[in-house]
Amino acid sequence: MAVETLAWPNEGNARVPYRVFADPDIHRAELDRIFLGPTWQYLALDNELPEPGDYKTTFVGETPVIVTRSADGDIHAMVNRCVHRGNLVCLKQRGHSDDGLTCVYHSWRYDLAGNLTSVAFRRGVGGKGGMPEDFRIEEHGLKKLRTDRFAGLVFGTLSPEAPPLSDYIGNMIGARIGRVMRGRPKILGTTSQILHNNWKLYLENVKDTYHASLLHTFFTTFRLNRLTSKGGVAIAEGGAHHASYSFGGERGDDRSSDRAYSDIHSLHEDYRLRDPRFLDAVDEIGDGVTLQILSVFPNFVLQQIHNSLALRLVLPKGPDETELQWTYFGFEDDNPAMTERRLQQANLVGPAGYVSMEDGAVGGFVQRAIQGGEGERDCSRIEMGGFGHESQEGRATEASVRGFWHTWRGLMGL
Amino acid sequence: MDLAEIARRLELEDLYAAYAACLDSDALEAWPDFFTDDCHYRVTSAENYETGLPLGLIYASSKDMLRDRISALRQANIYEPQRYRHLISGIRPRPHPNPPPQAGEGTRKHPPPQAGKGGVGVDPESLAVEANFLVIRTMQDGAMIVFAAGRYVDRMVRGDAGWRFASKIVVLDSRHIDTLLAIPL
Repeated sequence: MAVETLAWPNEGNARVPYRVFADPDIHRAELDRIFLGPTWQYLALDNELPEPGDYKTTFVGETPVIVTRSADGDIHAMVNRCVHRGNLVCLKQRGHSDDGLTCVYHSWRYDLAGNLTSVAFRRGVGGKGGMPEDFRIEEHGLKKLRTDRFAGLVFGTLSPEAPPLSDYIGNMIGARIGRVMRGRPKILGTTSQILHNNWKLYLENVKDTYHASLLHTFFTTFRLNRLTSKGGVAIAEGGAHHASYSFGGERGDDRSSDRAYSDIHSLHEDYRLRDPRFLDAVDEIGDGVTLQILSVFPNFVLQQIHNSLALRLVLPKGPDETELQWTYFGFEDDNPAMTERRLQQANLVGPAGYVSMEDGAVGGFVQRAIQGGEGERDCSRIEMGGFGHESQEGRATEASVRGFWHTWRGLMGL
Repeated sequence: MDLAEIARRLELEDLYAAYAACLDSDALEAWPDFFTDDCHYRVTSAENYETGLPLGLIYASSKDMLRDRISALRQANIYEPQRYRHLISGIRPRPHPNPPPQAGEGTRKHPPPQAGKGGVGVDPESLAVEANFLVIRTMQDGAMIVFAAGRYVDRMVRGDAGWRFASKIVVLDSRHIDTLLAIPL
């Protein structure tokens, strides 16, 4: 079914037809209009490729990409697809090369900026074969991305129309990235989760401030984070990016907060940890914010849950599968106690995270439930907090989810 | 191989068989009892382990933290009914009792033993052992996948109640976890 035939409900961003999570045509269109369109996507940490010749491979949407550090110290990114016959140029997830990049198929060579430097047997053998005289290697490099850095994070785009990165992110979200990225990051480890759902279901989940204390009962039980604690959601103009945040629990209001949650399944009054050392958090930023979940449209997430810091990259793998990549980090000047604290608190998040394992499953539950739900009125109701997508003082709202759809619809023309 | 060595190998086989049966039969409350009080338990990927990155998907530094894992699974976390089948094989002395430096690995009270010639260790009270595992996960609707494969990098000590893990690092061959990791490995 062609994308343009989808009639969006009159309620606007407060209704999302389930078809957009399953339809292969919509999926192909969004790879083109969103991931290859005028958006910036996370590629690497700036200091992840310290030496000239270091490279890693990643994806922009489903398009394979190489990120390199060249001899002049700049970061470059290009599509990982040989211009000759389309083979992957780099096979490894990360590596180092002192003499550029060579495609294994026919040994076409590129420099670290993606320029084609040589073609094997370009002049043929004994005057026979070879490339035509007028073939110009300088006209046939790898397809290059624009790259830019923000607070130690490298982003890339394939679209000449994308605004400068700092304008794209904006001051409000930029400041909230900056409060987390305060030093030279040091990677503590990585993992990835295969989710059996459309990538947008995970993004909706990330932007949904309403669900956290209801689905993740661990949060509620230990009063780590509740909708009744002070917090809010900052939403970029146009709705594209968001940062939800909350402050440490005020111990004094536990009783009234318990009352607010008393009818909800997620509260287990008698449950106590035997060894709560892993919750031993410090206010390292000094602003009292114990939790901040931030997203940059379309698929980048920066997480601060107490002292657990992680980048998450949400990669589509077809309409109904997603790879969620986690990069946990601290800073180079962390002392051993802080590193240990971050490792302990990593128990909260990731595929086995006390407050995040449910997120790995719930998207798949939705994906299963919407099968056969492609009728005109089959859509979600995203109406908590009304219909708008402005910043909110509280979190019992779905404003930032509507903001995501506002941006998505604009790019998709729906 | 002397009789003491044969007996020790059989003890280890029994230990791993009991460990697998505990996790596979949903007797999760008994799982922490395979560990010492100040154990280190960590699930990580080969990629992290081999590059010396200390992250654990599950990271515990006491038996009580393992107990907390289980009570959270029972009372707080939400996941679909599922079961594991562990196949554990290739139980062997660790070729390098001290692998690349790893954060928080185990107790300091029991220095890692040297691998004996053809034996599982010269210290009768402390062993450095590796074993392969394969875990098939079956969901309530019958869907079955190879959920995890890898190796255990273990150190165990003999106490009053037999062998206990002072340190267990679950090194997954793949960086991918399908959906979530709820039940321990």
